[in-house]
Amino acid sequence: MADIAAQPFQAAEQDGPVLAADGRPLKASLARALRRQRLRAFMLVAPLLFFILITFAAPIADMLFRSVENQIVPDTLPRTVLALQTWNPDSGELPSEAVFEAMVADLKDAREAKTHTRVGQRLNYESPGISSLFRKSGRGVRRIEEGPYKEALIDVDDGWAEIDTWRTIAQFSGNYTDGYFLAALDMERTPEGEVTILPDEDRIYLFLFGRTFVLSIMITLSTLLLGYPVAYLLATLPLRTSNLLMILVLLPFWTSLLVRTSSWIVLLQQQGVINDFLVTLGLIADDNRLQLIFNQTGTVVAMTHILLPFMILPLFSVMKTIPPSYMRAAKSMGANDWTAFWRVYFPNTLPGIGAGAILVFILSIGYYITPELVGGTSGTFISNRIAYHISSSLNWGLAAALGVILLGSVLLLYWIYDRIVGIDNVKLG
Amino acid sequence: MVDTANAGKPFVRFESVQKSYDGEILVVKNLNLDIAEGEFLTMLGPSGSGKTTCLMMLAGFETATHGQIYLGDQPINNVPPHKRGIGMVFQNYALFPHMTVSENLAFPLEVRKMSKAEIESRVQRALDMVELGAFGSRMPAQLSGGQQQRVAVARALVFDPKLVLMDEPLGALDKQLREQMQYEIKHIHENLGVTVVYVTHDQSEALTMSDRIAVFNDGVIQQLSTPDDLYERPENSFVAQFIGENNKLQGTIKGRENGNCVVELVNGKSVEALAVNVGESSDRTTLSIRPERVEINPPAGKVPNIIGGKIEELIYLGDHIRTRMSVPGNDEFIVKVPNTAGHTLLNEGETAEVGWATEDCRALDPIDVA
Ligand SMILES: Nc1ncnc2c1ncn2[C@@H]1O[C@H](COP(=O)(O)OP(=O)(O)OP(=O)(O)O)[C@@H](O)[C@H]1O
Ligand SMILES: [Mg+2]
Repeated sequence: MADIAAQPFQAAEQDGPVLAADGRPLKASLARALRRQRLRAFMLVAPLLFFILITFAAPIADMLFRSVENQIVPDTLPRTVLALQTWNPDSGELPSEAVFEAMVADLKDAREAKTHTRVGQRLNYESPGISSLFRKSGRGVRRIEEGPYKEALIDVDDGWAEIDTWRTIAQFSGNYTDGYFLAALDMERTPEGEVTILPDEDRIYLFLFGRTFVLSIMITLSTLLLGYPVAYLLATLPLRTSNLLMILVLLPFWTSLLVRTSSWIVLLQQQGVINDFLVTLGLIADDNRLQLIFNQTGTVVAMTHILLPFMILPLFSVMKTIPPSYMRAAKSMGANDWTAFWRVYFPNTLPGIGAGAILVFILSIGYYITPELVGGTSGTFISNRIAYHISSSLNWGLAAALGVILLGSVLLLYWIYDRIVGIDNVKLG
Repeated sequence: MVDTANAGKPFVRFESVQKSYDGEILVVKNLNLDIAEGEFLTMLGPSGSGKTTCLMMLAGFETATHGQIYLGDQPINNVPPHKRGIGMVFQNYALFPHMTVSENLAFPLEVRKMSKAEIESRVQRALDMVELGAFGSRMPAQLSGGQQQRVAVARALVFDPKLVLMDEPLGALDKQLREQMQYEIKHIHENLGVTVVYVTHDQSEALTMSDRIAVFNDGVIQQLSTPDDLYERPENSFVAQFIGENNKLQGTIKGRENGNCVVELVNGKSVEALAVNVGESSDRTTLSIRPERVEINPPAGKVPNIIGGKIEELIYLGDHIRTRMSVPGNDEFIVKVPNTAGHTLLNEGETAEVGWATEDCRALDPIDVA
């Protein structure tokens, strides 16, 4: 007991680390005490962490990997890839007999394993036409019993006589490739190995990325313009009225996304409610009805509606914390309504605007279902293209590369935002 | 309503002002109040009595349901708040968190479109006035409560308003700081000669600072007088009870003469009291006697009113001894016995007599005591 009482004085006298009552360094005791706390905290979040790892982190990692993965070529054509190493693609000559022999052997094996069409499909992304070459050769290669393999293979399909075919195979024979990323950015590698940007008329993705960004910005701005006054009302009205209003704001959350999107189709289509109304009023001619949906207008209108609550809620939660006395103080000092709003109220809502804008922008940049339904051809987003590559063209590598670029640009924006506004200033509730 | 302090024309005038928020209950009932220029007037009253509402009507943030408010000669019911030129200090200070202290102070000057140099010198002067000259570049969140409070006061005064309203400006401060700030605000008021309307529910704050105090209860001014008047000459039971400590005795009026009345207490004994706010004979009344005006075991013939009681509890408080007695009709009868050189020694459980002068016992309107 006396020992313990003496301890603080000892600790004060010595220059070394502060000691706890049992003589161990205070830091170590503290760390031990905290460790148990941390362990407990970890146990509490472990189930969710596990769930997220499996359902979220792992698929993302897999997607990142797919965007550069190219193992199908070296896996399916191992002998050819090996033999091609001695071939100089710039020599202007076809590869040697050994390479052809290796290719015949690989094709026979691939035919057995039924993988020859898949490798053909993979190489077809880089050089259109290779897919059918492989399909046809897969059938014909069975008949080739002995050499010379060069003539035999060219006999099956004269695509094998083209140097570009071999160049493509040589180029994409590695385990990893940047081909998907180049394609995602409307670039390609010429058979000579140079990176070039596609001619204007063939560019798809850059344009789509651009459109996605521009429309997302428009959607963010229109949710802000529409949501700000509503959030203000919500934050300032008496509780009973504001509760009712809040229910109206939240109502969309309780309605199926598909129902909401479809109702916009009903409203906006050429024979729809709005056009009918305008025609009845005589504002537009019956044969000149407005095209309000299945284009960019449709996408912006429907998505603004759908994402509006994500703007209102953060705005509301920030506005709720701004005491009414701020505005009153400003007015008592001689500021008129507008000055009081602009110099005092508005700056205090910036964290809410930031939070809402980030939320809406990030949600809309990756939005899929609404642009798919109401976007027509001119109002679709990059995510619709990704979906197309995942489910129709089955070019998962390209889809993955597009996804990575999308993810990267969101993270970049987030980072820029953090530098300018500061993520700490964002309030979600 | 007494209105003695106004010699000339009133600076602020409430004329039969009523206010209802919901159309059912009047939270301010027929308010008439004149405030002189340069006066420090405090609205004092319990929570919910309508003080803030009155202040907000004066500032223009609430509209009077009925009646008119004048500032100078001008009726201001239809003047928007930003054109009234009234400085205001809020309970939570309402400093703008996104502006520095200097920017906060510059705000009222900027909206008045003053020149940069003028703004700068005024801001510095205002900061010096509240002894925060070096704090101009801080954000409000980096100041202590007391410092924020001073900034709020400086901001309300920096544009030289003729009238400053303060709604419980010291409510969030601890006792010591509050007392210091009371003094500082009073000091500023005296130096600048500005008219101040101050709201508080702390009676000692009101007594310390004010020229006059309006005691509010239930939307009505119960009494409007100087602090000493209010304490020594309360006009009704509410004021007597609300301001300072007060002994109550219930009784029935037996007769009246020359401003005095004879009141029969519950045990049948009669005492004399000042008839302040009483009805006719046989009406009920509440007598109010301050604890320091009561004497225990007074020498014979010194005071006319004497009743018997029993000493229940003695609490030693240094300069005086707080004595709780039970007398007929009140077993919480408090007497403050000064701790003078030759005061009589008392013991708990003893019986004793208490007495007082007739003018120290005020017969007021009857109230029910539990
Ligand atoms: N905006 C409002 N809407 C409806 N009723 C209100 C409003 N503001 C105040 N009241 C009611 O008016 C009455 C007087 O309120 P007021 O704020 O003036 O009291 P106060 O004297 O300032 O009290 P406190 O000392 O608690 O600040 C209260 O009953 C209150 O409930
Ligand atoms: Mg109040």
